Amino acid sequence: MIPDEYLQTFVVECKELLEQMEEALLIVEQAEQDPEIINAIFRAAHTIKGSAGMFGLDPVVEFTHAAESVLDRVRSGEVAMTSVLAALFIEAHDHLKELIGHVAEGSHPAEATDNHGKTLIARLEAYLGETPAEQPGNSGSSDNSGEMPVIQTANVEREHSDAVVGTDLWHLSLRFGPEVFRNGMDPFSFVRCLASLGSIEELVTVIDAIPAAAQMDPESCYLGFEISFSSDADKLAIDSLFNFVRSDCFIRILPPRSKASEYQRLIQELPEQEMRLGEILVKCGTLTPEELDNILRLQSQHGDAPQRPIGEVLVEQQMVSSPVVEAALAKQQQVKDNKKSEASLIRVDAEKLDELINLVGELIIAGAGTNLIARRAGMAELMESTATLSRLVEDVRDSALALRMVQIGGTFNRFTRVVRDVSKELGKDIDLVISGGDTELDKTVVEKIGDPLTHLVRNSMDHGIEAAELRLARGKSAKGTLRLNAYHDAGSIVIEVSDDGGGLNKEKILNKAIERGLVAEGANLSDKEIYNLIFEAGFSTADAVSNLSGRGVGMDVVKRNIQALRGSVDLDSIEGQGSTIRIRLPLTLAIIDGFMVGVGNASYVIPLDMVVECVELNAWASDEGDGQYLNLRGEVLPYRRLRDHFVIDGDMVQRENVVVVRYGEHKAGLVVDKLMGEFQTVIKPLGKLFSSEKSIGGFTILGSGEVALIVDVPGLMGQIEHEREAGEVVPFTRSGVVMH
Amino acid sequence: MANVKNKKQQPGRIAITGELTIYTALELKDQLLTGLAEAEELELDLSEVGEIDAAGLQLLVMIKQQAAVSGKALSFTGHSPVVLDLLDLSGLAGFFGDPLLIVRKPL
Repeated sequence: MIPDEYLQTFVVECKELLEQMEEALLIVEQAEQDPEIINAIFRAAHTIKGSAGMFGLDPVVEFTHAAESVLDRVRSGEVAMTSVLAALFIEAHDHLKELIGHVAEGSHPAEATDNHGKTLIARLEAYLGETPAEQPGNSGSSDNSGEMPVIQTANVEREHSDAVVGTDLWHLSLRFGPEVFRNGMDPFSFVRCLASLGSIEELVTVIDAIPAAAQMDPESCYLGFEISFSSDADKLAIDSLFNFVRSDCFIRILPPRSKASEYQRLIQELPEQEMRLGEILVKCGTLTPEELDNILRLQSQHGDAPQRPIGEVLVEQQMVSSPVVEAALAKQQQVKDNKKSEASLIRVDAEKLDELINLVGELIIAGAGTNLIARRAGMAELMESTATLSRLVEDVRDSALALRMVQIGGTFNRFTRVVRDVSKELGKDIDLVISGGDTELDKTVVEKIGDPLTHLVRNSMDHGIEAAELRLARGKSAKGTLRLNAYHDAGSIVIEVSDDGGGLNKEKILNKAIERGLVAEGANLSDKEIYNLIFEAGFSTADAVSNLSGRGVGMDVVKRNIQALRGSVDLDSIEGQGSTIRIRLPLTLAIIDGFMVGVGNASYVIPLDMVVECVELNAWASDEGDGQYLNLRGEVLPYRRLRDHFVIDGDMVQRENVVVVRYGEHKAGLVVDKLMGEFQTVIKPLGKLFSSEKSIGGFTILGSGEVALIVDVPGLMGQIEHEREAGEVVPFTRSGVVMH
Repeated sequence: MANVKNKKQQPGRIAITGELTIYTALELKDQLLTGLAEAEELELDLSEVGEIDAAGLQLLVMIKQQAAVSGKALSFTGHSPVVLDLLDLSGLAGFFGDPLLIVRKPL
């Protein structure tokens, strides 16, 4: 029985491979005939088959084998990768995903799934039938399924000699000198040593050098080996095995994927006849017959030159090694580099990361406490040391948070498939354009943004982008475009879903809203307000309800999901030209750089990313009378006294300050008593009791052990706006906030 | 010490016992060639070979080739485990073409 954790790893790896495969297939479906991409698909299938075999998952192996065989034909150019075949592979991919899903759950696939798999295998095998008889060394045959596949060069007609011979195996050519036995060594002991470094896939003992009985000295060694060898060891390790016999032996080691010209040279160097050697190499599985033909043909082209004196050949034999070795080393380095980048990734349990972040949070709070004590004690040295400490803690915090940051590209790329499927379903031709995929955000946010984003994408495709005829009638190209974009802005990440469709119809939305009683008749709403009505519960303007969207559930759910992440969503639209939905999310949910302010005896933290500037009230900005707006260097700035908002008692201070905050396109001023500076803030969530309080986003613990509330700027702005519209001020009642 | 078993020696049949290695290769070569020269059909019994190395293997190749050159029939029989092991490793079983009892070692 295989331990669960290995199976877990297998499932995770398979899922990743399947994702890569899907991505590649979608590219191929767009008629891109890039051999690299076909190779990528093949490798994914092959790896899945290999690991599934290790776990004895026969249905997966059987199915993948069928797919792999066809892919192999595609790679060798025998079968063309048409979009029909690509679509079949996408189906195969889906089936495989389902099978892996069953493996993950430990359940057995339903009979229908099995039958579907059989149909798919039959359809795949239909592609195999059209091609000529099985070739030796072709991994499509089942007898050598244990071996690494031999990759055929895509085009047999290729003329240049620097084609890479596509095997994943090392090739070793060994010819032992006559003195080997007398020096007390047995060639087979080297073979056995070699087996300890990897696995010998195929070994051919070369006995051609054994002379006729009369001339044969039974104590001289005449043997040689041609070995194909699979190993992760590096060249040095393999090479060093032969240290003892190097002086009187001929040893050539070709790393995996060496150039054809290197094999050509190898054949030249070896004492046996070319044809005989070629056969041996084919038998070893190092070369395919086609590759051999190519090499031999090249050989004969050079063979026109007059026979060179043996001395020159010998000199060359010494010389020759340098370019080959160099090339081999370069290859080696590349393999090593690849391995390095592989090795530099580790899978970490997300819970462990959370634990780390928690600890860092505690560290920050403890650090703040130490800071405070140092300042009170007034010891300059201690203060200096705590300053260094807090700088380091800050760095630790940043790197801990960076660990949880992932690029949004992975999420975006999933939509390639969604767009493909949905556009087929809708009969629309839609292109997906992705940008800003390298924008990073917290993993927990990424996980939760998938569903709302899917909804928005489907919605845009269904309602946004018009049918081709209508598009043409409107003078647009028949092909619709959907864009996904992401970028960082003021401590948030902005994700945009935009389409070049029909845009929103203001009239229609407004009428619907009035009909549903969401808006009073005759209300004067701005364009933006009208557009954002579609995020209200129970709202849908779609004339026809499709199974994609239009059932009136969705947009409000999207909005709620995003708000749960402390984010916001809004919509821009130009009728006839398209619309853009903008989701704004905080970068992280755990720790922020805060700006601490004092009001009365209480401290509040404002997220530093949102703070634009601080000015003194009355000196630089003044209230011109209505108690709602300030004149900030000629700019109209809505403002609010936190003292009023949170109903704080205590004496007014003489000089009040204004903290100007920005969120998205809105700016506002918050009037506070004291500016206390930057403060690293570990966000602790408030209890359910405060969930209706929009202007508070959480709380944090100060170094002194006191509690400071974190101002939720977007929430506060929303509340201010809401109250202004309602024309009444609902003050925050502070009676419940007592925490120790 | 390995040697050709001379007792109950019958024409057309040679049994090699003990070592078939570099240490015995020299004398074995002569004995094998003599044995081959004397008979039209030769059977080499390898059932009691306790040790074999590359030199021994090379010797077997030599005698097989010599038999082919002189148009005589030569067969190896009763391969002992060490012989089988080396034949398996060298991939030469096909070259000798003798029926072998394949014993898969437990992995």
